[in-house]
Amino acid sequence: MSAAAPRAPGALARWWDSDLAYSFRRSPVAVAAALMLLVILFGAALAPWVAPHNPLDLASLNLMDSRIPPVWDAEGQSSFPLGTDDQGRDILSGILYGVRISLVIGVGAVLFAVVVGIAAGLLAGYAGGAVDAVLMRIADIQLTFPAILIALLVDGVVTAALPQEMHERLKVQVLIFSIGISFWPQFARTVRGSTLVERGREYVMAARVIGLSSGRIMLTHILPNVLGPVFVIGTLTLGLAIVTEATLSFLGVGLPPSSPSVGTLIRIGNDFLFSGEWWMTIFPGLALVLLVLSINLLGDWLRDALNPKLR
Amino acid sequence: MAEGRIVLEAIEASRSFDVSRPWLQRMVAREGRRVLRAVDAVSFAVTVGRTLSLVGESGCGKSTVGRLAVGLYEPSGGEIRFEGQSLSTARAQPALRRRMNMIFQDPYASLNPRWRVSDIVAEPIRAFRLLSGRDVQDRVGQLLTQVGLSPRDGEKYPHEFSGGQRQRVSIARALSSEPEFLVCDEPTSALDVSVQAQILNLMRDLQARMQITYLFISHNLAVVRHMSDLLGVMYLGRIVEYGPGESIFAAPRHPYTRLLLDAIPDLGMAGSTRARTPVGGEVPSPINPPSGCTFHPRCPLANARCRAEVPKHTRDGDVLAACHAVEEGRGAG
Amino acid sequence: MSLLDVDGLTVEFPTRRGVLRALDRVSFSIAPGEVLGVVGESGAGKSLTGAAIIGLLEPPGRIAAGQIRLEGGRIDNLSPDRMRRVRGKQVGAIFQDPLTTLNPLYSVGRQLTETMQAHLPLSGPEARRRAVRWLEDVGIPAAAQRIDAYPHEFSGGMRQRVVIALALCAEPRLVIADEPTTALDVSIQAQVIALLKRLTRERGLSVMLVTHDMGVIAEAADRIAVMYAGRVIEIGAVADVVRNPSHPYTVGLMGSIPSLDVRVERLRQIDGAMPRLNAIPPGCPFNPRCPQVFDRCQVERPDLMPARQTEAACWLFDPAPAHG
Repeated sequence: MSAAAPRAPGALARWWDSDLAYSFRRSPVAVAAALMLLVILFGAALAPWVAPHNPLDLASLNLMDSRIPPVWDAEGQSSFPLGTDDQGRDILSGILYGVRISLVIGVGAVLFAVVVGIAAGLLAGYAGGAVDAVLMRIADIQLTFPAILIALLVDGVVTAALPQEMHERLKVQVLIFSIGISFWPQFARTVRGSTLVERGREYVMAARVIGLSSGRIMLTHILPNVLGPVFVIGTLTLGLAIVTEATLSFLGVGLPPSSPSVGTLIRIGNDFLFSGEWWMTIFPGLALVLLVLSINLLGDWLRDALNPKLR
Repeated sequence: MAEGRIVLEAIEASRSFDVSRPWLQRMVAREGRRVLRAVDAVSFAVTVGRTLSLVGESGCGKSTVGRLAVGLYEPSGGEIRFEGQSLSTARAQPALRRRMNMIFQDPYASLNPRWRVSDIVAEPIRAFRLLSGRDVQDRVGQLLTQVGLSPRDGEKYPHEFSGGQRQRVSIARALSSEPEFLVCDEPTSALDVSVQAQILNLMRDLQARMQITYLFISHNLAVVRHMSDLLGVMYLGRIVEYGPGESIFAAPRHPYTRLLLDAIPDLGMAGSTRARTPVGGEVPSPINPPSGCTFHPRCPLANARCRAEVPKHTRDGDVLAACHAVEEGRGAG
Repeated sequence: MSLLDVDGLTVEFPTRRGVLRALDRVSFSIAPGEVLGVVGESGAGKSLTGAAIIGLLEPPGRIAAGQIRLEGGRIDNLSPDRMRRVRGKQVGAIFQDPLTTLNPLYSVGRQLTETMQAHLPLSGPEARRRAVRWLEDVGIPAAAQRIDAYPHEFSGGMRQRVVIALALCAEPRLVIADEPTTALDVSIQAQVIALLKRLTRERGLSVMLVTHDMGVIAEAADRIAVMYAGRVIEIGAVADVVRNPSHPYTVGLMGSIPSLDVRVERLRQIDGAMPRLNAIPPGCPFNPRCPQVFDRCQVERPDLMPARQTEAACWLFDPAPAHG
């Protein structure tokens, strides 16, 4: 422990000095994307404090405030910067709270997919044989369907299996599960590939010679060395997962209007797009685009920065 | 031959690998299973504090023998014995398992890039629960000093070291469980010659100090000559010549050993017109080895018997050679 | 007159932590029909020298100073397009791994005829006839039948022969051979070296043979250049450098090679390691490891000077020892 103390301040400096940090500082796109993402993240995380209104508090809604255009319009009001929807909810506040839910579901789904994918990939790659064949054929079959279809199907089955009164309460968990399950094969296949490479390396053999168990070798030796690509795919999948959640909500099987995600907001606003109240759907749509774009740009940068061939 | 307690012994040990294509492709192409006999009835014994070297060209099975000797592979025939017990029995007991370890060829692949050097060296100590707490770090520092590094190097990661220094870390890790038997699989073939000299000297110093027994695997005959007491020359999975290194280098019996020695370029050739004898042909595929003596297609002494009959080892002085020509006295050319 | 003249060649790699000097004022020449062996440890700059001569430096590496002259004409400042014509026509290259040189999608015959026709005025049938002859020349059995085979259908040793044929078929005057035998087994190695030697004898070809294998150099080279930390530190006839080396580094290097003929208890070893490019000491780069180091070595850089039978970059051989 005594050795760790002086190292701690050095670790941050070392990271700042690392090739990855250097490549980040040198990429204007990555820096811009990271800044944009930071702004969105802060807005979402601090929504209860920075949002002008609480869109989840039904008591505060006033139908008199419905369908107010953005503030720069002649009929706009300064208390509703981006206007309101047909219920009188503030669009900006709705977006801040909605991004929060979208992010929770997106991150949760990716984490779920990562855990399942890493476990399956490590097992398949290290054990080989029948275990490998079975796990990878399941992944192959799942990959022949679009992810959104799997998520729809799983969501339907799980919702049907749950008692009615739990639907609302467990909706977020159900979405995390169904979206996560639709993305695990990518992770499993990548991890399996890296595991096959690492398994043949001599440091793994050195661990086998002293008689370490397979589980310990997988966790302490192989896992740390296969995480790089998982990190990249994880970032890119986060964008996809958020879009998938938005799509499900847009289709009406996602989050209900009582706790709207960005996708729900777009769906609600969509009904009014052709009656001239464009702001109800365009602003949540824009927020979704900016969020996913910044995540994907960061993911692209990360992929290139970690790829030794492109350096 | 060498006296003393036998540490490791191989008795007619064999190892085959199934290299068939996947089932579906086999059905489509209507072909059977394909088996590669990497090691074919190999016998040898190493006594305590000595070095047995196995030498041969790539694909001759020498690395497979090394892996059999530490239990990374199970023999598919015959037996390997460690300290008088069958290897699998011995490896089931941590007290015996910790007495064998291995040094690998590639100093860039043999150390986990995500681990600190101190954790790498301490891994066997922790796995066998030899020490605990602060004692582990003290011992790691001691080991690093022993292989010519500094205890402070333990803080670093493998990529901060040169190839030769990594190989020293590898040796420190191999020594940390206080083994008496080490398999060294081409430990210097990825290193530059001046670094190779450092590592070979270190290995011999350690052997002299701690009575370590080495199974030394290499393709480099000069390195093997420098290191070994006993020598086994391998060709296509078999030991074709076996005996004290000095006897073999003084008077190689088997035509393949002679061919290998003739094929080696040597510093003595500098500026002279003496050319080495190029050998015709290449090592055949071990999946479909030639009949009889597997060396016969490249052998200048081959006759009908060599093509039909697998030669057995015959004793000539203190050397065993598997060659009909040597047995019949035709080899003295 | 020499065929190749390398004069003060300096190669630099700009990095975020400053400019690394990978080659520092490297000078040597190769006569027609001569084999120059270039030896040194990994990172000494021997492969980089070869790459700089054939114009294949990996960016961001660049020639910062010096000249490379082939048959009297400069080739270090040619446009990439003109350099491409020099490569193949005047300078051939053989690399360690045959698979990186051969295109797996084309038959070896097609690769040979295309290379020849790009540089020599040959008709299709004539090029094919020559391709068969080249394959025969490098010792590929049944060349006429195998000419339409693909690289993967050849074994490792045979593939390296095809690479040699490919490097020579446009009849260059100079071949840069970078570790041509390292990936091969000893018995195959001997065949390939014998082939290279025969071709230099028969065709008056000059070869720059880059390898870490001193045995191969001793066997095949006429002269040796020893490199250390991006500099040539000793150069001379092969027998002199091997038997009577002058530079303390070469002495250590030769002593560290285990011999087949005599068995010694301990190999001579040079302690320490070659410095990394970002930490080359001032003065002689070998001074921290040198058993005969003195004050001047730590401040002033030695250039090649006559030293017994060879030339060495070492102050021990300075005829007029300056200030004590």
